Amino acid sequence: MAGLHKSEVTNPVLNWIDQRLPIVTMLQKEYGVFPTPRNFNYFWNFGALAMVTLMGMIVTGIFLAMNYQPNANLAFDSVQHIMRDVEYGWLIRYVHQNGASMFFIVTYIHIYRGLYYGSYKAPRELLWILGVVILLLMMATAFMGYVLPWGQMSYWGATVITNLFSAFPVVGKYIVTLLWGGFSVDQPTLNRFFALHYLLPFVLVGVIFLHIAALHIVGSNNPLGIDPKGPQDTLPFHPYYTVKDSVGICVFLMVWAAFVFFAPNFLGDPNNFIEANPLQTPADIVPEWYFLPYYAILRSVPNKLLGVCLMFGSLLVLLVLPWLDTSRVRSCRFRPTYKWLLWLWVLSFIVLGVCGAHKPEGVWVVLSRLATLYYFAHFLVITPILGKLERPLPLPESITQAVTGRPLENH
Amino acid sequence: MRAPRIFLAAIAAAGLFALPASVRAADDHAPAHAPIKIPEQKWSFDGIFGTPDLASAQRGFQVYSEVCSACHSMRQLHYRDLTGIGFTPEQVKAIASNFTVPQGTDDAGAPKEGPATPANMFRSPFPNDKAARAANNGALPPDLSLIVNAREGEANYIYGLLTGYAEPPAGFKMQAGMSYNKMFEGHQIAMPKPLNDGQIAYIDGTPTSVDQMARDVTTFLTWAANPEMAERKAMGVRVILFLGLLAGVTYAVKRKIWADVH
Amino acid sequence: MADSSASTAHGHPADGNKRDTLELIAGAGAAIFAGSIGWALVGSMNPSKDVLALSSVDVDLKPILPGQGITVMWQGKPIFIRHRTAAEIAEARNVKPSELNDVQLDKARVKPGHDQWIVLVGICTHLGCIPLGNKTTDMRGEYNGWFCPCHGSQYDTSGRIRKGPAPTNLPVPPYAFESDTRIKIG
Repeated sequence: MAGLHKSEVTNPVLNWIDQRLPIVTMLQKEYGVFPTPRNFNYFWNFGALAMVTLMGMIVTGIFLAMNYQPNANLAFDSVQHIMRDVEYGWLIRYVHQNGASMFFIVTYIHIYRGLYYGSYKAPRELLWILGVVILLLMMATAFMGYVLPWGQMSYWGATVITNLFSAFPVVGKYIVTLLWGGFSVDQPTLNRFFALHYLLPFVLVGVIFLHIAALHIVGSNNPLGIDPKGPQDTLPFHPYYTVKDSVGICVFLMVWAAFVFFAPNFLGDPNNFIEANPLQTPADIVPEWYFLPYYAILRSVPNKLLGVCLMFGSLLVLLVLPWLDTSRVRSCRFRPTYKWLLWLWVLSFIVLGVCGAHKPEGVWVVLSRLATLYYFAHFLVITPILGKLERPLPLPESITQAVTGRPLENH
Repeated sequence: MRAPRIFLAAIAAAGLFALPASVRAADDHAPAHAPIKIPEQKWSFDGIFGTPDLASAQRGFQVYSEVCSACHSMRQLHYRDLTGIGFTPEQVKAIASNFTVPQGTDDAGAPKEGPATPANMFRSPFPNDKAARAANNGALPPDLSLIVNAREGEANYIYGLLTGYAEPPAGFKMQAGMSYNKMFEGHQIAMPKPLNDGQIAYIDGTPTSVDQMARDVTTFLTWAANPEMAERKAMGVRVILFLGLLAGVTYAVKRKIWADVH
Repeated sequence: MADSSASTAHGHPADGNKRDTLELIAGAGAAIFAGSIGWALVGSMNPSKDVLALSSVDVDLKPILPGQGITVMWQGKPIFIRHRTAAEIAEARNVKPSELNDVQLDKARVKPGHDQWIVLVGICTHLGCIPLGNKTTDMRGEYNGWFCPCHGSQYDTSGRIRKGPAPTNLPVPPYAFESDTRIKIG
């Protein structure tokens, strides 16, 4: 019971620490020798990429907060102060601004990988649910962060999104007033959004810790979607996957840097270079690109409450996905029909994104309705039914056999 | 044999990057109004290595000072920033001293004015937005500090607007006090044609055609909205090259480490 | 990012050296990259350009009678300006250098021809408190100059440290006389 942890660390200082607080042993177990399927492809980089992005966002965010003023009269100018007068301020700000987009790019790919290889299926349901919670937290954080520069898009984005809650009967308008701390988006709103934008990333770190803890209980899925049958099917996480992740991180940082240094405002909106004006709404208000698909779902139905419910539903449906999928196999490699329908779902998501950038008129209404229909039908109808009807391709006997073409040696 | 998978990942990533691009491209053809085509111009600051031409930006500053600044403020800029377009600190001091700006209060507490120092903000033509509207028929001349970034089409749009004044087509109904402009949304703009041939005399003797002045002031405004651009692009080239090398070395390490697995 | 240790056990012995070198380069590259980011982040805490460019302050000396002092603000710091009486100047001039902790002649602390004006950064060189003595009603200490209430440092009429824990004299800020009754600080 009581007593020191039996540490195998040889370095005497580390050993002394490890006996009393076995962090070295823990790191060694979870990131050193942790058995990881040997057949990951580069899609398995994206969890690490998301982690790197989060770290980058938190660090740059802390330094931005040192110069930012969460005050409706000063916020816009304080961002310009950061861009113009603070040493390396423009660099830190552009890294943070584009980091938000990078975060969503890698997270969307990470989620798509989970969908394609069936990583949400038993026994990884809770791991997946924690991932959906992470996505929701990310969205809340990104939305509130976008309000802080207090440009026209910040202001009107905040107005439109908070007004979503007014769709709920009876309580709706009280919720909105509560969110605003007033009768319109104003100083109190900005101030609390800043406080929450600073807080939520650390909540995110906590949920990510749980996400990884859950991962390390059930172990990683892999492109074949079959469980490792023994040590021959796995590799220690270090050095094999630390180095493989490092390759991905270098390439990813190049992409991020390309945006920061050569097209820092490519993903932004010109209207946000105009200070917030509560008396004038810009001609086209659109959310940031990563929210466009949900925005299109919102507008695809003419009923306010239904639109809001569909929009939230499009995310919440992911929570029950592990129980909607009735297929015996995980990986789409062995699901000849579902594979293409999943690609169709991706297409519907992209079409929704394009629709979200356009005024809801003419062909865009029709397209966004079709895409919304498929988005939900895919999860609620196709996934449960096809899982029963589809005949999967034969699964390989083991990971090693699939990778090397040799049958298992110790059988 | 691993390389193709990187490419796959890269293509997948590129697909997602292309999304907002296609969204924008598609946006240009939005049918809401008759679309205005903004002609593309060649700029010194185009591309990965392009930075604003300093001589042009200095002339543009002259255009701003002698023409635009009668109505348009540039609240985000200070005279000290002008070293960024190649003026020496002494020149900046001399330039600043030509402008009279508010200088806090005198010993009796009354607001006082005096010649600007490099630390001062650019002089604003009006004390506040209300005064600006009152002097301009109710229209508010926008602040120009970020105007290039704040308009779809950026520099091309600003240049297009400044050179886009024309006689309204037959039958086009103009409201009183408005001017016709080919590039402006709705074609009726409250700003009268600001630039005319030979209107000012450039210090460096360059002929002052409307085209030349529009080009110069657009270059100046592009710098003003993105004063970090030269430093940013230079640093970017170095960072990308460095990361490229690092990626190469890391990939080599990866190949070595994985050599015994296959 | 890139890892650099504990991997030799997995490699082929023949490749060991080459791999070690590569890992070293990758590790060094990662460290340089992380260091550069840290450099920029910490650099952002330096005074920004607007702070560095803080304008100078003009002070009109006319209203200050002999024996009086005023305090003005420059770069966020209090600046003491005292109009010294003949007796106070004499006091500052008649000190033997051996009596000073931080040896500096009074002549070197004023502008030539303006012996009656002493201009000082009014921050105690001990731990940053603002000494008393600039108002005629203040306690001025044993040397008739300034007295820091925090830890009892005493300055003379030239602002030189004479007693107490402060290590150096009150610094003289950069300033110039624009006319006989007007100075520009900074």
